[in-house]
Amino acid sequence: MPTALYRFLLSLVLLLPVIAHAGDASDFAAASSSQQAALLERWSAEPDAARLPLLEALQQGRVAADSNKAAFIETDGVYQPADGTAAAAEAPRKLRLNNRLRGLIATAVASHQLLAEDPALRLAAAQQLQKSAKPEQLALLNARVAAEEDDGVRDALSLALANLQLVDNDPAVRLAAVRLLGETGDPLARTRLESLLDPGVESDATVRTAAETSLAQVKRKLLIGELLGQAFSGLSLGSILLLAALGLAITFGLLGVINMAHGEMLMLGAYSTYMVQVLFQRFAPEALALYPLVALPVAFFVTAAIGMALERTVIRHLYGRPLETLLATWGISLILIQLVRVLFGAQNVEVANPYWLSGGIQVLPNLVLPYNRIVIIGFALFVVVLTWLLLNKTRLGLNVRAVTQNRNMAACCGVPTGRVDMLAFGLGSGIAGLGGVALSQIGNVGPDLGQSYIIDSFLVVVLGGVGQLAGSVMAAFGLGIANKILEPQIGAVLGKILILALIILFIQKRPQGLFALKGRVID
Amino acid sequence: MNATNQTLLARASAKLGPQVSIAIGLLVLAVLVAMPLLHLLPADNALHVSAYTLTLVGKILCYCIVALALDLVWGYAGLLSLGHGLFFALGGYAMGMYLMREAAGDGLPAFMSFLAWTELPWYWYGTDNFLWAMCLVVLAPGLLALVFGFFAFRSRIKGVYFSIMTQALTFAGMLLFFRNETGFGGNNGFTNFRTILGFDITSAHTRAVLFLATVLLLVASLYLGWTLARSKFGRVLTALRDAENRLMFCGYDPRGYKLFIWVLSAVLCGLAGALYVPQVGIINPSEMSPTNSIEAAVWVALGGRGTLIGPLLGAGLVNGMKSWFTVAFPEYWLFALGFLFIVVTLFLPKGVIGLLRKKGEQ
Repeated sequence: MPTALYRFLLSLVLLLPVIAHAGDASDFAAASSSQQAALLERWSAEPDAARLPLLEALQQGRVAADSNKAAFIETDGVYQPADGTAAAAEAPRKLRLNNRLRGLIATAVASHQLLAEDPALRLAAAQQLQKSAKPEQLALLNARVAAEEDDGVRDALSLALANLQLVDNDPAVRLAAVRLLGETGDPLARTRLESLLDPGVESDATVRTAAETSLAQVKRKLLIGELLGQAFSGLSLGSILLLAALGLAITFGLLGVINMAHGEMLMLGAYSTYMVQVLFQRFAPEALALYPLVALPVAFFVTAAIGMALERTVIRHLYGRPLETLLATWGISLILIQLVRVLFGAQNVEVANPYWLSGGIQVLPNLVLPYNRIVIIGFALFVVVLTWLLLNKTRLGLNVRAVTQNRNMAACCGVPTGRVDMLAFGLGSGIAGLGGVALSQIGNVGPDLGQSYIIDSFLVVVLGGVGQLAGSVMAAFGLGIANKILEPQIGAVLGKILILALIILFIQKRPQGLFALKGRVID
Repeated sequence: MNATNQTLLARASAKLGPQVSIAIGLLVLAVLVAMPLLHLLPADNALHVSAYTLTLVGKILCYCIVALALDLVWGYAGLLSLGHGLFFALGGYAMGMYLMREAAGDGLPAFMSFLAWTELPWYWYGTDNFLWAMCLVVLAPGLLALVFGFFAFRSRIKGVYFSIMTQALTFAGMLLFFRNETGFGGNNGFTNFRTILGFDITSAHTRAVLFLATVLLLVASLYLGWTLARSKFGRVLTALRDAENRLMFCGYDPRGYKLFIWVLSAVLCGLAGALYVPQVGIINPSEMSPTNSIEAAVWVALGGRGTLIGPLLGAGLVNGMKSWFTVAFPEYWLFALGFLFIVVTLFLPKGVIGLLRKKGEQ
């Protein structure tokens, strides 16, 4: 049977390369976890562009093996053999990885991506290697620094190289590495440099001195990042307080009404956002990313309508009795909270950021500015401008200001004070609703959402002075920044107490707040 | 509000006849004194009052004292405080410190051992002494009220501004006491008390004595309020509430009057808190939450501001309702409370007492 024999031999010959060199994937699948670690380290040191798909699949947990230890890569639910063409003996099982292996895989992917065409990918890879490069990669990094054409990537690579050179045998190389590390503002560089200060670790005195200088440089850069971060979170908190307090300033300034249910208007605004999101998910999932934009008018009109209804039914009867209004609106807030609890449950509901509000800009190694907070700062300023235009450039605004300054005189001149009250109350509540949309993008949405903001926003109004937009803006940002500056020094709680004490002392000097309306009225 | 500085007793006696109102008052007092005695009866006796009932009524009596204290500043001086829960809790914590030391014996209170603290913070010094603890019950709320009131009244903060500042104050206090590092047991507060002055805190006799002490404090503060309201001091306070500027033009300095009644009210609250803690057996920072303090305001508003009996009636009614609602319809209690706030402010500006008085006139 020469034909049969020939076929058999041929198939053996064909199989030979597969058996002799089973391929990286199957090597990996067959190895024990310590062997896998060694494999990954070797691959990291000698990257091969062909291996990248396998590593990425490993990173995403898509690699599986059957009982013969042949490796498969899953793509959209279908298992493709990783090496050769053999079909799976039975359903392959996903490889299990531990955290150490995952870290090594990330490093390996990065060192493979150093060969990528796209400079952005190479830069990301170099930054990853700054954190996790292994001594075995020294030669690779040296070669890449020499070959790299893009300046940014080369800088990032030389930093990654410097991290490895800190343990070089040649003091001159160590010295150069230490100096280079001083240029970064990376928190990791600080810990590495700090360890060098110990004579037991670093024997060369020149290198130690250089490390000290570099450390000071790094610390200065880190400090700048920290301060900017605090200033930014202060601005962010300030913009939230502003959105919460702006409506309150209008209702309090105009009607002399302390609206304890104002926080619940924020909460209702956030729940309106949730409802809009649910409706979008059900009826227009393709346009889901736009739901916050639709939620803005919805929340405004929902809360404004509720606010106007409350004004007509309850608050109107209590004008001139501010303390009673305070109690009645507190009662309203209790009812609203419980109503939401009954309708939506006591648990927080899930409001997800659309893609254009998630993520952030990395400004410095230790400073990331999240998009949602940036957008909210801008949005708060936009609302302030809008309110200012409304109050100063429209007929309604004219009426509102007239009633604020002298209710009786305004009524005598034909201003319909009742309707102005209602509209102004609706406006204040509507602005709170807009604030609720903003809050839903950065925090939890639950029935108690408003309670946590009401006291702070009252303090903003007290500090800013009644009926003054500028006062509210200054007070909100001032309180926000003061809060965030005090927080890391003495803790959030003591910071809050200190701020309260400062406000009480401040009111000694300026009882009417930052920006007081001048008048000669006395009761 | 022309003559609200007169006490209810005086007015009711004009309407109902002195015998009837005095008879009702004495009857209530007799029942309150009899309750702890009946508690001492064996459990199978038909007239036995259970420990649950006694604790509940004792708790409500403590709230009555708070309502009375709040009424002194709100109903008479026109200062709505939304922070009386803070003074109540401070008194309670001062008492709790003593009880914790009693329970711990020579060692540290249990929560400090959990935090691996080795010695007592300085402000715990001497709290194993009952007399010093009682001094703290008065001093802690009194001094805080004095300092806060001094600054607040000096810059003439009043009306809603005052309410907001007091609310922020109690909120800050709550946050402070929630921290473990503050040294007051964090959010668990103090509990697991064993003895007071060497007597078992759960025994029927101790309960009865604590209850009687509460009744005594209530009667004493009622008498104090009655004397104050009838004195010239009370009339100046009412004038201050109704037209502060005119009072100043007449040559009075309102600051001293406000400060005195404010501190007195805080101390009364502290005492009420000190009696509340051993009866209920727990004190934690949620007593300082703004919600609790604002609820006290509705007791006073429901009963009738500017009267002395009204707040007691209001505290009794609301808390009685609360105990019933939270068992029968726990979902709807907040609705009921919310509607109560609205109904009282819209339709009962003078409270239940005003309603009764109107009926008496017809």
